[in-house]
Amino acid sequence: MENINVRERIAGCVADFLNIMSKRLPDDVYDRLCEMKEAETLPSACSVYDCMFENIREAVRLDRPICQDTGLIQFFVKAGAKFPYLSEISGALEQAVRIATKKTPLRPNAVLPFDEKNTGDNIAPGSPWIEWEIVPDSDSLTLEIYMAGGGCSLPGKAVVLMPSAGYEGVCDVVLEAVCDRGINACPPLVIGVGIGTCADSAGVLSKKALLRKIGSRNPHPKAAELEKIIKDAVNSIGIGPNALKGKESVLDVNVEFGAHHPATLAVGVSFGCWATRRGVLEINRELNCEILSHKKTLEL
Amino acid sequence: MSCENTENKKVLTTPFREEDIRSLRAGDVIYISGTMVTARDDGHKRLVKNGVFPEIDLEGLALYHAGPIVCKNDAGGYDMVSCGPTTSMRMEKFQAEFIERSGVRLIVGKGGMGEKTAEACRKYGAAHGVFPGGCAVVAAKCVEEITGVEWEDLGMPEALWKFRVKEFGPIIVNIDTHGGNMIADNKKIFEERKAEQKKVLSEKLKDFH
Repeated sequence: MENINVRERIAGCVADFLNIMSKRLPDDVYDRLCEMKEAETLPSACSVYDCMFENIREAVRLDRPICQDTGLIQFFVKAGAKFPYLSEISGALEQAVRIATKKTPLRPNAVLPFDEKNTGDNIAPGSPWIEWEIVPDSDSLTLEIYMAGGGCSLPGKAVVLMPSAGYEGVCDVVLEAVCDRGINACPPLVIGVGIGTCADSAGVLSKKALLRKIGSRNPHPKAAELEKIIKDAVNSIGIGPNALKGKESVLDVNVEFGAHHPATLAVGVSFGCWATRRGVLEINRELNCEILSHKKTLEL
Repeated sequence: MSCENTENKKVLTTPFREEDIRSLRAGDVIYISGTMVTARDDGHKRLVKNGVFPEIDLEGLALYHAGPIVCKNDAGGYDMVSCGPTTSMRMEKFQAEFIERSGVRLIVGKGGMGEKTAEACRKYGAAHGVFPGGCAVVAAKCVEEITGVEWEDLGMPEALWKFRVKEFGPIIVNIDTHGGNMIADNKKIFEERKAEQKKVLSEKLKDFH
C-alpha cells in the first residue's frame, strides 16, 4: 500500500474512534458508575448520578460529546517493532485529531504559550501529545488515548520526596491533591499514582496508572495493597459526586512504579473525572482496527 | 433535584431582581430562563484587568463559567452542541470585581468559590450556583438559541457566548447573600476527615515496608 493511503487509512480509523470516545464512556468506567449509583443513598448525590446518566444517554441519542471539554488529545503509542508503517504513525495521529476536531466536533483546546492564541484546530507543538513505546516482537499498533480535560488536569502533581517520607508521604501527596483541587474536578474521580525517581518519570507513571482498567490491580501485592489503602482513605472523606458529599468518591486508584533512586522518592498523581474519556484501539499490520475499550457502551 | 422532575421547579427569569437573588439559600435547587453569557479566565481578565466591557449589558443577567462547543449553522449563526460548566475557582481572582462592575446577579459554574466572591455576593446581591459537572448535553438541551458572540479573538472556549435558555438547570445554589457557602463548608468537613484519615494511614502503614 502506498504510504499516503496508509496514513489516510490510519487517520480515518483513529478519527472515528476519537468521535466514539468523546460521546461514549469506556465499558469499565460505565460499569463502575452504575455500581456507584446503585450504592449511593444520599438523595442529593443520587440526583447528581441521575443527571450524569441522563447526560450519558442524551449524548448517545443526540450524537454529541458527553462533556464540552474534549481535552487535549494524548496518544500513548505501543508500536510493534515489526509494524510495517512506523514512519506514518505521527502524521496519521495529527491528521486524525484535525479530522475529529472538525467532524465530531471536538473543542479546540490547543493554546500556544507566549502567543496565548488558540490554534483553532487542536494542532500545535505538543498537541496532540504523543508518547512512544516500542514493543519488540509485535507487528501491530496499540493506541491508548486520553482526552486530557482542564478540570481533571488541574489537580495533577509531581513532587520529589525524601525517602524518609515513605509511603505515608506518598499518601499525603494524593490526599492533599484530592482535597485541594480534586474536589472541583468533577468527582467521583479516577486516581493514577506514579512512584519513581524524578518528577518527570513519576508524572508519566501516574498517567499510565490512570490509563489502566478500573478494577485491575497492580501485580505487586504491596502496590495493590496501597491502591486499596488510598481508595479507602479517599472514600472515607465522603466527597461524593460534584463534591456535594456522598458515599463513594473514587472510581478506582491505580498505582504504577519504577525504581527510585536511594536518595529520592518521587510521586506523581493524575486525575480523571467521572466522565473519564480514554480508549484503546488496536491496528494490525493489515490496518484493520479493533476497539478494545468500548464494546458494551457501543450498544447503548 | 432530579433532572427529569419537572414538577415544582423553582424557575427564575432574567433580568433577575435583587430581592429574588437575596431570597435564595445555599442548597436551593433552581432553574433559570432568559439570557446567559459565558466568560472564563480570559473574559474575566479582559473585563477586570483591562477594563474592556462587552457590548451586551450584563446587569441582572446570569454569567456562566463555561467554554462550549458550538458549530456554525446554515443560517450563518451558531448552534449549541455541548456546554457543561467549567471550574469556577479559576475565576476567583477576578470574580468579585467582575460582579461589582458588570452587575451580574447569578454566576453558574462547577465546584466552589472563595471568600472574596462570597463577600461580593453579599454586598452586591449576587449568588453562585453549580450545575452538575460534565453534564454538558443536558445543559445544551436547555439552550434555545445562541443570540450572539463577542470576543471571538479569544478562541471558542474563551469567547463570550450569549444565549437564551429555558429552565436551565438543575442549579444548586452554592453561595447565597446570607453567608452560606456550601462547597466551602463541605471543604472544611473534608479537611477534617482528611486529617483523621492521615492518622488512620499512619497506623496502617507503620509496618508497610
